[in-house]
This record gives sequence, structure tokens and C-alpha cells, in this order.
Amino acid sequence: MSRTFLLAFGIFLTIASSITGLVIIPNWQFKELKPVVKLDGTRYPEVYFGDQARGRAIYINQGCIYCHTQQVRMKGYGADIRRGWGTRRSVPRDYLVDKPHQLGTMRTGPDLASIGARQPSVDWHALHLYNPQITSPGSVMPRFEYLFREIRGGEMVSADAIKIPPGRQPGDATHIVPTDRGRALIAYLKRLDQSYPLPEANQ
Amino acid sequence: MTTETTPPVAEPEFKVRVEVDGSSRPVVVLYWGSSLLWLTIATLAGLISSIKLHSPEFLGGIEWLTFGRVRAVHWDTAIYGFGGLAASGTLLWLQARLCQVRMPYQTLLLVGGVVFNIGLVLGTVGILMGYSTGVETLEFPLWAMPLLVVPYVFIVIANFTMYFSKTTKHTYVSQWYLMAVTVWFPILVLSAEACTNLGAVDGVAQAIANWWYGHNVVGLFATPTAIAAAYYLIPKVIGKPIHSYHLSLLGFWSNAIFYNWAGTHHLTGGPLPAWTITLGVVGSLMMFIPVITIGINHHMTMLGSFHLLRTSPTLRFAVMGSMIYTLSSFQGSLEALRSHQEVTHFTHYTIGHVHFGMYGFFAPLMFAMMYYGMPRLMDQEWSSARLIRIHFWCTLVGMSIYVIAMCYAGIRQGLMMNDPSIPFLNIVRFTVPYLAMRTVGGLILLTGTIAFLINFVRIITPHKYTWATPTLLDTDRDWKKLLAQEKDEKRGVQ
Repeated sequence: MSRTFLLAFGIFLTIASSITGLVIIPNWQFKELKPVVKLDGTRYPEVYFGDQARGRAIYINQGCIYCHTQQVRMKGYGADIRRGWGTRRSVPRDYLVDKPHQLGTMRTGPDLASIGARQPSVDWHALHLYNPQITSPGSVMPRFEYLFREIRGGEMVSADAIKIPPGRQPGDATHIVPTDRGRALIAYLKRLDQSYPLPEANQ
Repeated sequence: MTTETTPPVAEPEFKVRVEVDGSSRPVVVLYWGSSLLWLTIATLAGLISSIKLHSPEFLGGIEWLTFGRVRAVHWDTAIYGFGGLAASGTLLWLQARLCQVRMPYQTLLLVGGVVFNIGLVLGTVGILMGYSTGVETLEFPLWAMPLLVVPYVFIVIANFTMYFSKTTKHTYVSQWYLMAVTVWFPILVLSAEACTNLGAVDGVAQAIANWWYGHNVVGLFATPTAIAAAYYLIPKVIGKPIHSYHLSLLGFWSNAIFYNWAGTHHLTGGPLPAWTITLGVVGSLMMFIPVITIGINHHMTMLGSFHLLRTSPTLRFAVMGSMIYTLSSFQGSLEALRSHQEVTHFTHYTIGHVHFGMYGFFAPLMFAMMYYGMPRLMDQEWSSARLIRIHFWCTLVGMSIYVIAMCYAGIRQGLMMNDPSIPFLNIVRFTVPYLAMRTVGGLILLTGTIAFLINFVRIITPHKYTWATPTLLDTDRDWKKLLAQEKDEKRGVQ
């Protein structure tokens, strides 16, 4: 009986020590991290609101994380910065408002930590999500055509419609318009930007 | 030579065994049977995701079948559906046998098994409908989780009840591992859910909690159960005691201490304090100690008995599992090194490694457990040796194709990614043929799973024609043949 207790207690200690050492202590260490106030008075990182928050939820429920990371490794470790995925390495402060985190562990597609800075064009994002083959031939990314409404030839073209390049138009669709969800996802992607030079990123 | 029959035992001990197996039957068959259904679902989901990665148009445009959702369903049904149920059935039956007691709380465990399955269905549908939490390995929506956690509490209670009422004097090494699983797993799930989806910790600490869990669910749940199975099955089938008691003690405690800390290597290069990653790397490298000791114990016990691999289905799967345990663990420890991670971290190499461990080590040991246990629980033999052979070779060949294709492609992919002069899309195009090769591997694995499922359905359905001796691999035993023979005989009589 006492040996059994010792066994169970030892087993308990192994897991209790690892969660303390790996999760609780780092979390306590990060407690003092606060967003920085930029020169123009805005904060970095700013909380997600409106379309950005809704877009983040779509990013999560479509499972983008299984092919895309959101973390740039430091100079000299891999080629993340030389590939232009970021201007500096990512640091804990970049993720203060990320709940749940979307760091990711797989790069079937490129890193997205600063995709908003790398691809500022709404049209590019829309066409890429609608049919990745238009912007990135050979890509294995799925089409997210259900986040868009196709506009057929002869239909009235609304102001925010995006022209599908000739030769890429399926049937008689000439333009696409993002649905509310599509617009939200694009807003989120455009907001992804870690280019603000946090001091600790240079240490 | 019959390898599957246990050595002659004294009459009273045989009675106990009949009693134990009889009381375990409904529970264990429910857990194992449903685990195989989930394995089929997981394999199908894996296959769909695999095809989508080289032919993105496949089932394209259907939101609930988009890659990011099917991929999540694949892993969650594999680890909780197949892994959770197969391991729980194994845990309960092994504990009952090693304690030589009747299975307690049968009704509770049966209800628990059904509830667990309902939870899995809800979680799976939830992910497909877009309710994933977005935390890897904990994707199931929170409203499905109680249905998975509560039944596990029943299993924990049953396990302790058996352990404290055991009629044997000794505690066998498998029982330490089973005890460890029941202590670890509930703590693991509850604290990981608290830290991630319930938001007890913030920012990147959440990422650490996520990978502390993601790595430990394999290391503190799947691995110990499979090691317990190997420790039970290998000596049982070949009729020799385990090589060294002291090594098993060292193996157990070093595994318990070091595996716990290994998880953060999944975040190497990430935005975390370097010391957290270093701890993960050290933990991973220290894993050489338990892996080598457990390996010596299993392989030295096998020494001199390798000829039995020709005949015994149980032994064949168990030895495949324990050998790949050694190999995949070596691979895993080296993979944790920063220099290795610089290349392979974000590539298909990791996916190859996961499948090497799960389908090369864990799954074969669960299959071995079922090949050994089902004839004893059902009092009926496997009805087709050919189906077992198909299952074995499909598992070995399919898994090998998968792992080799992914690991090779992953290394090349990583080296190309670290060379910024190579456009990213060229790397994607380079991997496509290997991704197609993986689909071939997956199809072979699915074939094996279906062969096993057929055999499993036959062994749980009572049938008239059966055999008195175990179904060994070198026989051409086939249930259909026996039926045909019977028919011919009847016709002859007429």
C-alpha cells in the first residue's frame, strides 16, 4: 500500500514539475509584458476587433494553421528573414493578444507572420483565396471559393468587385465579390504585420 | 509447435483466467471494436487530406471537407478515437489479468465507452462544421470534451479498484506503466484545456502548454500503454521472463521524468525564451536512456526466439512495434537538436516521424494486444490466417512507404527552404510527387485496416465452424474454405 502510494505520488510529481517548469514559470515571466505605445499614439499589438476578430475566427475554423506558421525565426537560423517573411525575429510581445495562439508548426505554405505587410493588396488576397492558381501557379492550397460570390457576365458589377484575370474566368463569371466572411478573413490577413521594431527583437 | 497457447497451467489458475476474461469481454470488446471503427475513419480522413495536398481540386469547394478541417479530424480521431479506445481496452484488460481480478463496474465502463464514442462523434462533426478551437491536438469543441473526460474517470476508478483488490503478490512492470497512464492522462487533458482553451495562461505560454500537451499525449498516454503491452506480450508468447528487472525499473522512471520535459522542441526557433526550448532539447536527448534500457529489455528477451515470428501473429506485431519504438525514438531525440530542427522543423519530416511512431510502434502493439486478447476473450479463434498476413504486410509496407517518402521529402524541403534563392513555389512543386507517394502508402494502410476489421467482425460473431488450435500465420486457414468443405461433405453424404 505504501509502495503503491509512493509510485502514484512519484508519477504525479513528474508531470507536476514539468507543467510548472515549462508553462507556469514562463507564463509568470511574461506577465510584465505590455503592448508598446507607438509614436502616433496607437498600441502594438492592438486587440483584434470587428472584421479582424471575425477574420481570425475564420482563419482558425478553416484550419490555416496546418500549413502556415506565424513566427519568424532569428537571423542565421533558417532563412526566414532572407526570404522576406519578416524584417526581424518574432518575440513574445508580438503575441500578447493572440487567443488562441496560431504559431503553427508546418510550412507547406509560407509563413504569414507579416503577410499584411508583404501583400498589402486586397485584390491579391481575394484572388489568392478564391483560386490560388491565379496568383500562385502550382500551389497546393485549397480554393476558398465559398468565401466569395461570383458575378456573371451581364450582371451589375458592384464597386468592390474584383476582376478575374482573362483566361482564369470559370464559365461566364467575370468578377468576384468577397462575402462578409471573405472580407473578414482578408481584413485579418492584412492586419498581420510584425514589422514594428520592438527593442527586444534586436537583443 | 503452438506459440499462441499459454503453457499448461494449474487448474485453479486456469479458472481464475476464465473468470477474468469472461468478466472483461463486453467492456474490452466494445473498446477495441469501436477503436477499429475510429481507425478506419481516421485513415479515411488522412487519405482525403493526403490526396488534397497533391490534387487540391479533389473534393474541392466543399467547406466542411476543406483540408484544414479534415486534417484536424484525421489526427483527433486517430489519437482519441483509435488511440484512446484501443489503449483503454488494453489498460483495463491487462490490469484485470495482471491483478487476477474480475472486471469491476462493468455497466459503468460500458456506458462510459458509449458516451466516449458519442463525444468523439460530436467532436468530429464539430470540427467539420467549423467549431474547432484552433489549438492543435485539442481541436474538439469544449462542449464535446466532458463526454471524453468523464468516461476516462470511470476507467481511472476501475483501474485503481482492480489494483487495490489484486490477488497477486507482485506488481509486474506493465502495471507501473498502466498506473502512470491513469495518473497522467486526466491531469494532462484538464490542465492543457485550462491553459489553452479556457485561457488560464496568455500569449506564447499558451503555445508551450499546447506543445507540452501535444507531445505528452503521445509520450504519457500512447507510449506507456504500448510499452506495457510489449512487456506483457513478448514474454507471454515466447514463454520466457523479461531480461532484467533492474533495467525495467530504470527505464520506467527515466521515461517518466524525461518525456515530460521534451515537448517544447516543437517550438524550436519560435518566439520563446531560449531556456524553455533548451529544456525540451535536453529532455528529448535524455530520452536515449529509457529508450535504450527498454529496448535492451525487449530485444534481449526476444533473443533466440526470432523463429517464432514466422508463426505467431501477436509476436510479429509486438516485435515490429518494439523495434520501431527504438528506431523512432532515436529519430525523435536527434530531431530535437537545434541544428536538425533548423532544416526539418516546419517540413513533412515531422509528419513522417509522427507516423513512424504512431503507426510503426503504437498501432502494431495495439494490434498485437488484440490478436492475443480477442481469441481468449471470445473463446473463438481468428477465422482467417490470410487476412492477418494481409494486415501485417500492409501495415509494414504502407507505413514504410509513408515514412520514407515524408522524411526524405521533408529533408529536401527544409534544405530548399533555407536557401532563399529557390522560389517557394518550386519547393511546393518538388514535394508533390512525394505527397502522391504518401497517398499510395495510405491506401495500403487502409487495405490492411479493412482486412483486420473483417477478421475482427468475424471473431465477435458466433459461428458454427471453428478451430481448437490457434490461428498461426503459416497455416492457410480460411473460414470460407471450411464452410465450402462442410458443404462438399454434406453433398458427399447425400
